[in-house]
Amino acid sequence: MSLALVQEVATNFGPIAAVGAGLAAIGGGIGVGKIGGAAMEAMARQPEMQGKLQGSAIVLIAFIEAVALFGVVVSFLVAG
Amino acid sequence: MDLITPELGLIFWTGISFLILLFILGKFAWKPILGAVNTREQSIKDALESAEAAKREMENLTADNERILQEARAEREAMMKEAREIKTKMIADAKDEAKESADKMIVQAQAAIESEKKAAVAELKSQVASLSIEIAEKVVKSELSDTDKQLKLVEDMLGNATLN
Amino acid sequence: MKTTYFTTLKSLVFGVFFILVSTTTFAASKGDSEGSKEDQPFDTKELIFHHITDSHSFHVAGDFSVPLPVILWTDNGLVTFMSSEFHHDVEGKTIVERNGQRFVNIHEKIYQLDQGAGTATFDEAHHATNAGRPMDFSITKNVFSMFLSLAIILLIFLSTARSYKKSDNNLPSGIAKFMEPIILFIRDEVAIPNIGEKKYAKYMPFLLTLFFFIWINNVIGLIPVFPFSSNLSGNIAFTVTLALITFIITLFSSKKYYWKHMLWMPGLPVPMKIFLAPIEFMGMFIKPIALTIRLFANITAGHIIVLSLISLTFIFKNYFVGVGSVIFVVFISVIEVLVVAIQAYIFTMLSALYFGQALEEEH
Repeated sequence: MSLALVQEVATNFGPIAAVGAGLAAIGGGIGVGKIGGAAMEAMARQPEMQGKLQGSAIVLIAFIEAVALFGVVVSFLVAG
Repeated sequence: MDLITPELGLIFWTGISFLILLFILGKFAWKPILGAVNTREQSIKDALESAEAAKREMENLTADNERILQEARAEREAMMKEAREIKTKMIADAKDEAKESADKMIVQAQAAIESEKKAAVAELKSQVASLSIEIAEKVVKSELSDTDKQLKLVEDMLGNATLN
Repeated sequence: MKTTYFTTLKSLVFGVFFILVSTTTFAASKGDSEGSKEDQPFDTKELIFHHITDSHSFHVAGDFSVPLPVILWTDNGLVTFMSSEFHHDVEGKTIVERNGQRFVNIHEKIYQLDQGAGTATFDEAHHATNAGRPMDFSITKNVFSMFLSLAIILLIFLSTARSYKKSDNNLPSGIAKFMEPIILFIRDEVAIPNIGEKKYAKYMPFLLTLFFFIWINNVIGLIPVFPFSSNLSGNIAFTVTLALITFIITLFSSKKYYWKHMLWMPGLPVPMKIFLAPIEFMGMFIKPIALTIRLFANITAGHIIVLSLISLTFIFKNYFVGVGSVIFVVFISVIEVLVVAIQAYIFTMLSALYFGQALEEEH
């Protein structure tokens, strides 16, 4: 059965690429969510630091997002 | 795969476009814009600084005025004090001098009185002496006029002498 | 002060958004005509890939598209012709002949047929077997869009600069009032904190140009009507060029400490230094690659999402789905307007960060 699955995947990369993109989105979502939550908490604790926190949160989100986007790009690669 | 294979042509045009943009904007946009913003910020900063300096100077001036006033007051105080001191000293000096001269006058007067007194006493003495000699002369002349009386005198004298 | 920058950015972003919403319906009608033209199941992938990849003609609406010049550098020198000579053929059937060389357009890529070959032949994977690619410097849809953005940026900032020159007290007026907060934002929030008070001025022209070039191109990609709508900043060639320029500037401005820190990390035991050196060295190249991928994938993903949502209407052929998908498109577009500004900011920010790292001195 597993051999049939592998053959299926090998002949038709489309669905597996979508799964890959989905997994990447999950990882990115968790990362961005954690940063967002922590940033919100920090802003609530120290509202005077809001501007600084906003800036660094955006940059950190960009870093996390890049990892997820690598996944998306790999699925582009596979999907053609 | 097509999606992530960069096309040479687009790389070429992007590079050219970006460099042209960088050159033109750098020369004709960013330089004047940033220059204007910097000049403005600098002028605002300068204005603030000069205002601050003026304020500080103002404060200095007031402090100076205050100080000068204080000094003047202190000087006046000192002058008054000095004057008072001089006055008291002058009065004291005058008193001293007056007393001294009075004392001196008194002493002189006393000395004069003393010497007058001495002279008077001496004159009196000499007059008394001459008077008593005259009297004694007259008494002796009358006493020694008769023999009885001479004898009696001798006797008295002798009598006195034994008594001694 | 910091929050006011964000407020300005926000109002800017929403302004662009309203233009966008008012034109979204155009995109929908465009998809409609393509869907009903052929009597086969609606091919979402074809539509999306057609949009996000580059092409040699600019599709406007229906069957009308604007031809663009094809410029090729072949073994026999420069060859130029208009893309209309292919008559919308992308299957490699129409052959254009110039100086005895034959060219075909296979999926918007120009191939030169081998000497003596009459028609293009393909293997099973649909790769041409008897044709090679000449160097292609064509003015494609993306290049056209880039020139457009060039004109827009020059127009905006030259008039901004002029407005400063006209005012005698250096106060902004007109469009400069709008642009100055953004320029100051780049200076005060991006350049100075990352590069440092002393050396930032040298990098300001690059950072500003980079930011506005990316941003304006991103925004152009979001507007779904003719002279705009290309996916330039979602094209990897575009992002890789900008990342490469950043990388080169980083290398040229690097100080001794940067290399020492990378190859022989101070303050660590020797085995750790040996272990870290290759990682750090690879990191030097991964940074620009990450810059490339981030911008490319973000913008491309945004275009794919919007087009997928619009395609839903034509897959289900249902009014309710249509209404729902338009609402979703509007929602995603709002996010996209924010994302394109943030991506331009992040690209600039990270470039500044890398310059700052390269300039770091031993302390």
